[in-house]
Amino acid sequence: MLKRNIPLLIVLFTALLLIVAFFIPHKPFGDLESRFLNWYAIISGFTFLLGLDSLTRHHLLKVIRKEKGWFYSLLLVLSLFATLGLGLYSWVRFASPFALRAPFMWLYKYMIIPLQATMFATLAFFIFSAAYRAFRIRNLGASLLLIAACLVMLGNVPLGSSIWQGISQFIHLIFPKTDPDALKRVELFALIKDWLMAIPQAAAGRGIGIGLALGGIAMSLRIILGIERTYLSS
Amino acid sequence: MNFWERISAIDRRILYLLLALVVLLPLIVKPKISVRVSEPVRNAFNAVESLPENSVVMISIDFDPSSAPEVQPMLIAILRHCFKRNLKVILTGQLALGLPIGEIALNQVAPEYGKVYGKDYVNIGYRPGFTAMMVGIGREIRDFFKTDYRGVPLDSFEFMRRVHNYHDIDLLVSLAHGAVADAWIMYAGARFNQKIIVGCTGVNAPGMFQYYSAHQIEGIIGGLQGASEYEALVERPGAATLGMPAQSTAHALLIILLILGNLGFIIARRRGRK
Repeated sequence: MLKRNIPLLIVLFTALLLIVAFFIPHKPFGDLESRFLNWYAIISGFTFLLGLDSLTRHHLLKVIRKEKGWFYSLLLVLSLFATLGLGLYSWVRFASPFALRAPFMWLYKYMIIPLQATMFATLAFFIFSAAYRAFRIRNLGASLLLIAACLVMLGNVPLGSSIWQGISQFIHLIFPKTDPDALKRVELFALIKDWLMAIPQAAAGRGIGIGLALGGIAMSLRIILGIERTYLSS
Repeated sequence: MNFWERISAIDRRILYLLLALVVLLPLIVKPKISVRVSEPVRNAFNAVESLPENSVVMISIDFDPSSAPEVQPMLIAILRHCFKRNLKVILTGQLALGLPIGEIALNQVAPEYGKVYGKDYVNIGYRPGFTAMMVGIGREIRDFFKTDYRGVPLDSFEFMRRVHNYHDIDLLVSLAHGAVADAWIMYAGARFNQKIIVGCTGVNAPGMFQYYSAHQIEGIIGGLQGASEYEALVERPGAATLGMPAQSTAHALLIILLILGNLGFIIARRRGRK
């Protein structure tokens, strides 16, 4: 009983204090908010230790039990501690791990950056293939999405501008009275892209954003009032 | 399987190969292209351009190496712009893994303009708990950053002595690949009226337009295209401008394949009905 109710009371009390501190940013509440924020930053820092512990434990167990893929787990643990070791050495030797001559930065520049960039670049291939398969004009909605996607892609790169130059010359050939330079300046694909981004896309984004915020508020209220208690389970 | 059915179901390995070719070729040939500057990027540029000399710009590295090919050119272009205009730069970051990228960029750009660490720019590093920090800077930056990333007290740097909170920061630049930019807008922008510009990956850029059209941010630099536009504005073409032809050809290939794939899909469906 106490094990459940005391944490709930702490949550309620802290939340109420924070709400009051937000609306009354004067002493003693203003100081209180700052203090809470410092605690939050400290606790956030400690979550890294928890993460480190959990990650190491999980992968070391995999290595000890020789589970499937144990070799990758071993690599992960070795890399983790090598990075940590180099970071600490660089800190002691160069006053900061980010010093450009530090071994940590060597590891960062020649291992971490290329590896992460490669992972991200590989995604482009999957997205490319997925887009090719998914963008089928099965119905009106899918067709509109496809057209919008193509227009955004054309409006987003200089190629769209070059294509529009060609189209404007073609229009001038058919309608000689039109001013070709004025037509070129219109940059229709870019204009359509800007409109799509600023109006329909932003409208949809706002809807999603408002929904997310309302969901966040509802969840916060549930936690403050003790209705949502899943965070109490170990 | 006839021609159109084959076209509508090209093997993914062929797609990968085609994409690799159309990306590689422009990177090797390096064709020159002209860049059209969009309004959100021009406004971002103008936000920096309109600052008087010695104004303080805080740049937050909210991306890591995975997004560096898109966002790092923005950082370099903005640093060049700031140093060219004699603005003071404070570098920070909300992703521990991203901060060294900022340090690399600073060390690349600062010598180009003869800028000195501590006098013209500082790197205050990273602190965990970014939302707390964003709100906390509204009160006093030293509550979270007493020293720079090397442990040197902030007050040792002359221009930092006058920087206490958002009132003393003339512009905030969030270079982000995730939700950190949203947090800056919510906690620094909405609560403390901090002027913000956002540079982000192409994927994140659409999500920023709602803030931009509501005038909650001054400008957006979106993706490689946005970076190349900023490079064009600062008249120093760099990695983004170099990458634009490759991005153009990749987009063109995808559009061609989409048209062909859909043609195949429609024809195959009609034949199926008959």
